[in-house]
Amino acid sequence: MAEFLQFTVNAIILGGTYALLGIGLTLIFGIMRVVNFTHGDLYAFGAYMIYMFAALLRLDFFASIALAGVLGFLFGGAIEFVLLRPLTGADIDTTMLVMIGASIALQAGEQLIWTGVARSVPTPFSNAPVVIGPVSVLPIRLFVLSVAVCLLVGFYLLINRTRLGVAMRATFQDADTAALMGVNNGLIYTITFALGSSLAALAGALLGPIFVITPTMGNLVALKAFAIVILGGLGNIVGATVGGFVLAFAEEFGAGYISSGYRDGIGFLLIILVLIVRPQGLFAMKERIG
Amino acid sequence: MRRASAWLIVVVMATLPWWMRDQYDLYILTSAGIFIVAAISLNLLLGYTGQLSLGHVAFFGIGAYVSALMALGFQLDYGADQPWIVDPQPVWFAFAGGIVVAGCFGWLIGRLAFRVRGAYFVIVSISFAEVMRLVALNWVSLTQGPMALNNIPPLSIWIPGRGVEPLYSREYFYELVLAVIVVCFLITQRLVSSRTGRAFVALRENEPLARSIGINVTHYLVTATVVSAGMAGAAGGLFAFSIHIVDPDVFLFVYTVTMVIMVIGGGKGTLSGPIVGGLVFGILPELLRDVARPEVQWLLYGAVMILIVFFLPQGIAPAVGSLFAHFSGRVFRKMGPGLSA
Repeated sequence: MAEFLQFTVNAIILGGTYALLGIGLTLIFGIMRVVNFTHGDLYAFGAYMIYMFAALLRLDFFASIALAGVLGFLFGGAIEFVLLRPLTGADIDTTMLVMIGASIALQAGEQLIWTGVARSVPTPFSNAPVVIGPVSVLPIRLFVLSVAVCLLVGFYLLINRTRLGVAMRATFQDADTAALMGVNNGLIYTITFALGSSLAALAGALLGPIFVITPTMGNLVALKAFAIVILGGLGNIVGATVGGFVLAFAEEFGAGYISSGYRDGIGFLLIILVLIVRPQGLFAMKERIG
Repeated sequence: MRRASAWLIVVVMATLPWWMRDQYDLYILTSAGIFIVAAISLNLLLGYTGQLSLGHVAFFGIGAYVSALMALGFQLDYGADQPWIVDPQPVWFAFAGGIVVAGCFGWLIGRLAFRVRGAYFVIVSISFAEVMRLVALNWVSLTQGPMALNNIPPLSIWIPGRGVEPLYSREYFYELVLAVIVVCFLITQRLVSSRTGRAFVALRENEPLARSIGINVTHYLVTATVVSAGMAGAAGGLFAFSIHIVDPDVFLFVYTVTMVIMVIGGGKGTLSGPIVGGLVFGILPELLRDVARPEVQWLLYGAVMILIVFFLPQGIAPAVGSLFAHFSGRVFRKMGPGLSA
């Protein structure tokens, strides 16, 4: 029972960051029809930014996280403006190839700047776990979960309660009609991509100090983000949140009760299972089956 | 005329080991050749049926692992009292086994993955490759996991008067790779100019329309995947017998990316595209090796990929072809799939 509770708590904490990653990716797909292969690299970018600010420049830890988010926003916006803006209207395979190229280049760039040496970031949190009954949690993980939850809530409010959110949803539903109503589609695309990238960078900045930071850290994360998004249905923001938690629970319990070696494979097996049982996904969207 | 010049190129390439003395250059060409086989196989799916399979390395890796395991012998512990023990098999049988098993996986994965299209298919195909990598990494009793499968025996050949001899020399292996390329090229050529190939192109251009005129889309997609997976398995087998070691890294995403760059860069949906792309992007890293570090090479690779999509969306081979046609004063004609050889 104690084991079960511990796995549950671990899964909830992991699920928060997974949801963060999934939302960024699904938002970009939903609104822009772009499969963003740079997502994992933005995640690594965020982690390196917190390394630079908190470990090298010795800025405040919390301010560094915020800075990583802001820089992720600007960087994402720049990627969209340079690479995707000229390809507006191109088919999905074309943009996918460009994003793969960008991902390769970004990762090589990170390797070039930061070298392959694994980096770690000092945190202001104590390493003594907080023990609540049978469950123990590291303070930094609680901090990460609370920030992730705040970001998720903030994001829902942004999408559902602001003018920008209305414009984004309108573009999502019908870009042409939205444009007729005075929505600047191009600007919405740039903001969407920047927001999604910012979420990825924040996730990197939050998780970087927990794990070690390497240029290739984003690869597995990107694949997991894809798994989350496919579980929830591409473009479905609620689905991505739920998908994040589903994957986290499956991973924690699978690693705990079955085999820790296949931990990272569970997400992919989930995708394959979902496809066999419900090709339309857990949260059905019409366009999925060709 | 075209056919004659194509065969002339093959003959020239076949005599290459006799006038190119540098063993290292030959090795580079051989590795490029192995990737050309993989690129030809990917082109069948990506170029002709229009499905962007980003898990193609799964078939490559399966071919490599199955060839290696059959050549080395293995025991499979499946829960019974006695494990299933397979003694080392003749190398050519192992090579063929890799192709067949990869083809079977192609059928299975095709049946599952083609329930979805577009972005979903792409992500599902990546997932399959990643699952394969994790299985290779964790099923230590079969694959040795990260310790890798070592000492894979070389392919052998029967030479009149001398009996069966192992193919240790680079020259023979080069000829073998060239022969596999020619075979895969001919298979692709026959396939895409047949009724089946026209069905591929039809469903690439407009799937609902293809369906409406009675083309069984799933059947043709699975057919393409099986053939393509078999060829990729052959490339994997060549890879295993060429470097004599197979580890879970054969399933890395970068190999898929390399194949995709070769196909897109060379010209997807053309017969010569993967060969041109394979030569350019197989040799380019070696040329860059002296002037740039691996990170810079990858940076350039990524940049080249973006630039190709932006400026040469049809790829190098069709661009060169139309340039050639333009200069030789012929009427500029659009190269359709299957026309350019």
